[in-house]
Amino acid sequence: MRVGVVTFPGTLDDQDAARALRLAGAEAVPLWHADHDLKGVDAVFLPGGFSYGDYLRCGAISRFAPLMTELVPAAQAGLPVLGTCNGFQILCEAQLLPGALVRNAGLHYVCRDQGIRVDNATTAWTADFSEGQEITLPVKHGEGRYVADAGTLAELESSGRVVFRYTGSNPNGSLNDIAGITNEAGNVVGLMPHPEHAVEELTGAPGVDGRGFFSSIVRKLVDA
Amino acid sequence: MARVIVDVMLKPEILDPQGQAIARALPRLGFAGVSDVRQGKRFEVEVEGPADEAAIAEVRKMAETLLANTVIEDFVVRVEG
Repeated sequence: MRVGVVTFPGTLDDQDAARALRLAGAEAVPLWHADHDLKGVDAVFLPGGFSYGDYLRCGAISRFAPLMTELVPAAQAGLPVLGTCNGFQILCEAQLLPGALVRNAGLHYVCRDQGIRVDNATTAWTADFSEGQEITLPVKHGEGRYVADAGTLAELESSGRVVFRYTGSNPNGSLNDIAGITNEAGNVVGLMPHPEHAVEELTGAPGVDGRGFFSSIVRKLVDA
Repeated sequence: MARVIVDVMLKPEILDPQGQAIARALPRLGFAGVSDVRQGKRFEVEVEGPADEAAIAEVRKMAETLLANTVIEDFVVRVEG
């Protein structure tokens, strides 16, 4: 199974994402922001960083990249897509996910190990977790406060589309402690924490709880 | 040539921690009587030709597409001068 990893100018976590995918048994296929080409991949990982320098707003420029004009319709047609951190911001700017990510309430850039609860274990990227499972992943962001209007928030809550919630203290003031959400179909998932930094005992400071994301997608693609 | 201004502000219901930090700093600097500060962005768009209705409509489209994220921000378009 082939999973694309997108690199924009300013992307930081693409190498970790590719490594995490390879450790899970997938082939990581580099995708370049300036290409109109998804290279026939079975899923796409949008990694974190500061794409296009985060100019204007995080993800505001990236959403119009040539690669995104291919990715948006493919995601709408069911291609599994995971966006972490800046990738989550891009998915919201591209309106593949509702709401937006704005400046942390405390104004500080937060970098720490964070408790997360998996509230939806049915998406393409979370099937290997169990509902209610508590995991620890690194967070590192200055603009991760999830906001949406009251109607959108109520719909996300009532339809089980809040996939991840912060446990312990909320790092950024995110509404309803939301750390990640999914689209209606469950194929597009975005979250601020970084599963790709938690897949190896040696370097994954908080452990290897990130592995579940990659084993989930690999199993889904094998079963498909 | 004409200059069209686009002011982008976070919607009133969206918390603006940067504005709050500025509001908290003002009294420390001796500025009294400020009850609130909201921080926004101003874009100066130079258009070729006159700032007629068509040009303003085009800038409005730019604002909706790129300059503002209407999920979290409101914008106002006006002609300077």
